[in-house]
Amino acid sequence: MKIVKYAAAGSLAAAALLPTGAALAAWEINMPVGVTELSRDIHGLHMMIFWICVLIAIAVFGMMIYSIVKFRHSQGAVPATFDHSTKAEIVWTIIPVAILVGMAIPAAATLVKIEDTRDSTLTIKVTGYQWKWHYDYLDQKVSFFSTLSRDSDAARQTGSGIDPNSVENYLLSVDKPLVVPVGAKVRVLLTSNDVIHAWWVPAFGMKKDAIPGFVNELWFRADEPGTYRGQCAELCGRDHAFMPVVVEVKPQAEYDSWLAEQQGGAAPAAAQAQTVENAAPATAAAAE
Amino acid sequence: MAHAHDAHAAHDHHDDHGPAKGIGRWLFATNHKDIGTLYMLFSLLMFFVGGTMALVIRAELFQPGMQLVDPMFFNQMTTMHALIMIFGAVMPAFVGLANWMIPLQVGAPDMALPRMNNFSFWILPFAFTMLIGTLFVPGGAPAGGWTMYPPLSQQTGEAFPMLIFAVHLMGASSIMGAINVIVTIMNMRAPGMSLLKMPIFVWTWLITAYLLIAVMPVLAGAVTMLLTDHYFGTTFFEAAGGGDPVMFQHIFWFFGHPEVYIMILPAFGIVSEIIPTFSRKPLFGYDAMVYATASIAFLSFIVWAHHMFTVGMPLAGQMFFMLATMLIAVPTGVKVFNWTATMFKGSISFEPPMLFAISFLFLFTIGGFSGLMLAIVPADFQYHDTYFVVAHFHYVLVPGAVFSLMAAAYYWLPKWTGHMYNMKLAKAHFWLSTIFVNVLFFPQHFLGLAGMPRRIPDYSTQFADWNMISSIGAFGFGLSQLLFVYVIVACIRGGEKASDKVWDSGRPHGLEWTLSSPPPYHSFETAPEVK
Repeated sequence: MKIVKYAAAGSLAAAALLPTGAALAAWEINMPVGVTELSRDIHGLHMMIFWICVLIAIAVFGMMIYSIVKFRHSQGAVPATFDHSTKAEIVWTIIPVAILVGMAIPAAATLVKIEDTRDSTLTIKVTGYQWKWHYDYLDQKVSFFSTLSRDSDAARQTGSGIDPNSVENYLLSVDKPLVVPVGAKVRVLLTSNDVIHAWWVPAFGMKKDAIPGFVNELWFRADEPGTYRGQCAELCGRDHAFMPVVVEVKPQAEYDSWLAEQQGGAAPAAAQAQTVENAAPATAAAAE
Repeated sequence: MAHAHDAHAAHDHHDDHGPAKGIGRWLFATNHKDIGTLYMLFSLLMFFVGGTMALVIRAELFQPGMQLVDPMFFNQMTTMHALIMIFGAVMPAFVGLANWMIPLQVGAPDMALPRMNNFSFWILPFAFTMLIGTLFVPGGAPAGGWTMYPPLSQQTGEAFPMLIFAVHLMGASSIMGAINVIVTIMNMRAPGMSLLKMPIFVWTWLITAYLLIAVMPVLAGAVTMLLTDHYFGTTFFEAAGGGDPVMFQHIFWFFGHPEVYIMILPAFGIVSEIIPTFSRKPLFGYDAMVYATASIAFLSFIVWAHHMFTVGMPLAGQMFFMLATMLIAVPTGVKVFNWTATMFKGSISFEPPMLFAISFLFLFTIGGFSGLMLAIVPADFQYHDTYFVVAHFHYVLVPGAVFSLMAAAYYWLPKWTGHMYNMKLAKAHFWLSTIFVNVLFFPQHFLGLAGMPRRIPDYSTQFADWNMISSIGAFGFGLSQLLFVYVIVACIRGGEKASDKVWDSGRPHGLEWTLSSPPPYHSFETAPEVK
């Protein structure tokens, strides 16, 4: 009964939300465009390959469907006897190679851009833990843990009886989000304190593994203020689904006052002390 | 022992004798047909065990929120589902087909190494008893994914050594099976059957067998290192001791990527047998098919890191693996084009094997397209570890490998049993499977693109709708497979007598169709001549 009710409510909600393109992307079928240059480039690549695949599919499936419809035994089709054609085979080897080269060139150009982490204005070290993220603003002496928000955590317990639809941003909200200034090139250093995690914000177009003993890099520059949500993307144990990534992109002035608050308040100092203790093994491992 | 003696006596005196009586026929089986049957029935059983686990997964994912299972148990289900489907369902099914069909297709009396054949099968029930037994030990079954990435897999409880030894046993079984295939094909072909006259299924299996021999020991090495890291103080993969967790991924995927082709090359062979039969036209570009298969096999060894683009590789490494991966599209494309060209200007009829082969053609190609998209590294940074990947590999494995197996079963079942099966039910099974497999897996593309990670037991409400559709498809697909079992069982028990050629298409070509249906217990005791 509950399920039926839910299904009805869900489809109604979906119908209501679709035209407005609301945050609740029900029935969403494509990759979001994102708010960084990289994510837009990646989205462009994605759409390009998709349409190339569609064109190839139309040609190949069209040929298959034509053959299936036209050459039916039940319609008295008489089979031909040819069994090869060197010319055709050369053609359909060379054309795909050309298409692939055409795909590879823009992909390589984007890849080079992705790997260029120079000239960043802010460096944040992100450490994965089972099952939360730790953010460390290396030059600003600010660091804190970011864990699943309490209302999501209560609702996600097996048999909690709480309807996930009643929780705002269910499983995608945290107690303390990462805060970065808009328009700044942020370099993220990734590592882990236990198992492998992956830090991913779809709107930034980037995902990278956080691996114990390694420091990985990625960068993003968000063009619009807002709250962007993602998740851990590498299986990391029981609560893998419950360690979201939330990034608040603020105008520079708001970011500055947020930072001053973090640096000045008493609470962050205590948090920091705890942090340093916890992060020590990861730092040691990363140092190798 | 008695049976071995019998077989020996039969060999000396050339008197025809039937199978042994009772359970001994199966326990001490050395006949390739009996062992083939055992393999395939075992794989059917595992298909349902793994499928049940998939339904647990899809039931939990039907709605957001945790309703049915603990997240840990969910992870156990995803891990076990993969291990059982790969090593228990798909691989043994192909080995079973190899056992049944390779001797019949090359005109050999049996597999070259019948006792090893028995051994390689009977290892499997023990391996899977141990693997499935992990569900009942403290700490539960392995839950770190079938890829067993450390350090997570090192957190497995009592199940850990059982998992490792089960993998070792499966590997040993596969290697023995592969050796048997190679030795049979290389030494026991009928006079006149040169390599380039072999049926294409035999060719694909020959190449698959080499892949197996090349990579199963690599997997064995990788899991052995996990074991010594766990119990003997080594630190191959532990950063704290100077090891490297990423090295495991490189070793694992050096096995893992060829493994993917181990599961699809014989499927190519099956489809290449079926399409010409029901198009009443020879296979287009036989030589090109063989070379394409060999190229795919070669390329499979140099693309492994595309499974791990997000681990942080040097730019040059990412470029190389992107280009090498894209290159695979070329020989794969040649195959798809050749199948299409085989149907072109043919005279096509739509018996159940052909229906499944056509469905394979369309849906495997869709899986190929998403594979091409995944090869593009920047785009992969978005796709990686999302449901888009889940959709991709299920498209190549379910309507790919599994549909080819169903096609093979419907193609050769009358040959094996001597009975025709119920065509109406088989066609119903086809339509239900094809419709539900798309309801099940197509929405997973959307989920992945919209940002849903894989291997999660619960998700944000924005993913609710497509997950519900996908789960409905899963239950539809799962239940439809009961029809498959019914058709097979009914066909074994009786039915209209099948002719030697079975299919009235003028083709099929191949030595197996020169035998009676069912073939005698010992076939081709005198080798046939191949012109």
